[in-house]
Amino acid sequence: MKTKSPQIRRILLVKCLALVVLSGCNKPVGGANEIRVGEFASLTGKEATFGQMSHHGTELAIDEVNDAGGVLGKKIKLLYEDDQSKQGEPATVVKKLISRDGAVAVLGEVASSRSMEAAPTCQQNKIPMISPASTNVKLTEMGDYIFRVCFTDAFQGKLLANFAKRTLKANNVAILTDTKSDYSVGLSRDFNAPFVANGGKIVAEQVYNGGDKDFKGQLTAIKAANPDAILVPGYYTDVGLVAKQARQLGIIVPLFGGDGWESSKLIEIGGSEVEGTYFSTHFSPEEVSPVVQDFVKKFQAKYHEVPDAMAALGYDSARVLVDAMRRAETVDGPKLRDAISATKDFPGVTGKITLDEKRNATKPAVILTVKDGKFKYVETVMP
Amino acid sequence: MSEFFQQLINGLALGSIYALIALGYTMVYGVLRFINFAHGDIFMVGAFMGFYLTPMAGQVFGPHSLACALMVLVLSMLICAMLGILIERLAYRPLRNKPKLAVLITAIGVSLLIEYVGQHPMVFTASPKTFPELVHSRNFHLGAVVLSSNEVLVLAVTIVLLVGLELIVQKTKMGTAMRAVSFNAPAAALMGINLDVVISFTFGLGSALAAAGGILYAMKYPSIDPLMGIMPGLKAFTAAVLGGIGNIPGAALGGLVIGIVETFVGGSHWSNYRDAISFAILILILLFKPSGLLGKGEIEKV
Repeated sequence: MKTKSPQIRRILLVKCLALVVLSGCNKPVGGANEIRVGEFASLTGKEATFGQMSHHGTELAIDEVNDAGGVLGKKIKLLYEDDQSKQGEPATVVKKLISRDGAVAVLGEVASSRSMEAAPTCQQNKIPMISPASTNVKLTEMGDYIFRVCFTDAFQGKLLANFAKRTLKANNVAILTDTKSDYSVGLSRDFNAPFVANGGKIVAEQVYNGGDKDFKGQLTAIKAANPDAILVPGYYTDVGLVAKQARQLGIIVPLFGGDGWESSKLIEIGGSEVEGTYFSTHFSPEEVSPVVQDFVKKFQAKYHEVPDAMAALGYDSARVLVDAMRRAETVDGPKLRDAISATKDFPGVTGKITLDEKRNATKPAVILTVKDGKFKYVETVMP
Repeated sequence: MSEFFQQLINGLALGSIYALIALGYTMVYGVLRFINFAHGDIFMVGAFMGFYLTPMAGQVFGPHSLACALMVLVLSMLICAMLGILIERLAYRPLRNKPKLAVLITAIGVSLLIEYVGQHPMVFTASPKTFPELVHSRNFHLGAVVLSSNEVLVLAVTIVLLVGLELIVQKTKMGTAMRAVSFNAPAAALMGINLDVVISFTFGLGSALAAAGGILYAMKYPSIDPLMGIMPGLKAFTAAVLGGIGNIPGAALGGLVIGIVETFVGGSHWSNYRDAISFAILILILLFKPSGLLGKGEIEKV
C-alpha cells in the first residue's frame, strides 16, 4: 500500500482518538454511595405479566430496604432490563447489566429457558444470580453462582402426579407439552415418572411450540385417547387458548398444570372455559399468616392490584439477596455467593427459605382453581 | 372415524383463513409480479383494528350483535385497504420501474417497520392483548363431531368474500382492467388503462381481505400481538405458491390444503414437526409441478 495522504491520516487519527475516549466511557460507573443490583424480566411480550409482577415485587423489596436506610451504609440502585419474553435477549441484557452497568448481583427471570440463557454469563463473571421463579431442575446445576428461591419441578411434578391421582381420581392422563420451553418439557417429564410409578397411565402425549395459536389437531387426538384429565404444563397465553379450544371440541375432563398458569391473563384469554381447571403454584394471597397479609397490603397500596406468586417470589428473591449482603458485609462476588448459599430459615412471604447444597429452596406449594373468574385456594402441599 | 371428520373440520376452518390471506399475496403478484411481504402485517393491523373498534361498535349496535360484528369487519377492512394503498403509494410506487429485487427488499423493510412500530408502547405494545368476543359462540354436535358456530361463521365469511372477489375480477370493469394489467401492463396502459388506479385498487382489495382474515383469526384465537402476522403470513404465502401464484382459486385451494395438512400432522405423533412437514409438502409439490396446483405453466421470456 502507498502512503496515505495527510488528510486521510488525520481523519484516521481522530477516529482512533474517538474510539479511545468512547471505550473509556464503557467502564462500570458505580457510584461510591450505591450498590447496583441488576434485574432482567419479561416486562413485555408473551409472558409480560410474569415479568411485571416479579419486577413489582422486587422493586417493593428494594424500596423498603432503601427507606430503612439501605444496606452496608449504602442505598441499593435497582437496574432493570426488559427481555421482551424473547429467547436471545436475556444473554444480551445480562451481559450489559454486568459489564456496563456494574451490577454486583442479578435477579431474574421467571421463565426457565430465559434464566438458563443468562446463567452462564453470571457464572463466568462470578456474579451471583437469584431466579425468583424458574423451576426447571437444570437451572441451578449450571453453576455454583446460580440460585433460586422457589421449589423445583422435581417437587412440582411429583405433587401434580399425586394431585391427579388423589384429588382428580385420574388414572389415564394426557399431556400437552410446549417443546420450545425448558420449563414445560422438564415439568412434563417430572410429572410422568412419579405418575407412572404410582400406577397411572399416560394415554396420549402431544406437543406444540410456544406461541402457536391452533391446538385443535393435538386436542382432537387427545380426545380420541379418552383421558380422565389433561396436563398442560405451559404458560398462560397458550394455556388460555388450549382451554378454549378443548371445550369447543367438547372435551369436558379437567385440565391442570403448574405455576406457569398463574396470571390474570389466563382468565382473560380463556374466559369461562378455564373454569374448573387446577394448577399448582408458590403462593396464595388468601393465606391468613401475618407475613403474607402484610405483604399483600403493602403491594396493593403501591400497585393497586393483588400480588400473585410471581410478585411474592420477586419480593423474596430481592430480600434473600439483601439479607446475604448484610451477612457477608461485602458485595464481593465470591463472598456474597457464600452468604447466599448459607441462607437458612429466611422468613419469606412464600414460606421459610432454606437453600440446600444444590442452591434450591424447599418450600410448600399451593393448589389453586379457577372459580367465577377468580383464582381460589384449594390446598397446601408440603414437600 | 369421527376423529378424522373432526380433524377435517378443524383443518378447513384454519385453512379458510390462510386462503383469505393467500388471496392478497396472489392478487398483488398477479398484477405486479412481486411478493408483498408486508401482507401478513396488514393482517395483524386488521386484528388490532377489530380490537379497538369492537367496544365502540358495541355501544352503537349493542355488544355481541351481528350488526356490531359486521360493522367491525367492514370498518377494519376499509382502514386496512387505505393502509395498503398508502404503503403502495409511499414505498412501492417510486420503485415500480426499478429492478424487482429492490421492491422485494423494500417489502421486507415495510414488514419489519410495521411489526416494530406496532410493538412501541404508544402503538399496540408488545404484550399480547385479549380479543373481545365479537359474537357468542355455540357448539353444534353432529354425532361425535363438534362444530362451533365460530367455525361456521369463518367458513361462511370466507366463501362470501371469495365469491365476491371472483365477481369483481371477472365481471366488473375494474376487474377486467386488473386482468389486462396482469396480462401485459405496458399494452394495457397504451389502451388507456390508468395503471396507478388499478394497482392501488389491487392493494386495497388485497389488504381488505387480509383485515378480514385478521379478524376471523382473532375471533378463533383471541390472543393478538404485533408479531402475530408472521407465521400466518408465511403459511399463506406458501399456500399461494402451492396453489399457483397469481391464480385466485389456486390460492384458496392452497390455503385449504395447508390448513388441513397442518391439522392432521398436529394430531399425529409428529406434531413437533407440524410446520416442517407442511413446508416439505410444498417442496414436494413444487418439484413435480413447479407452477403450483392450479398454476398455468407459462414460459417466461428472457
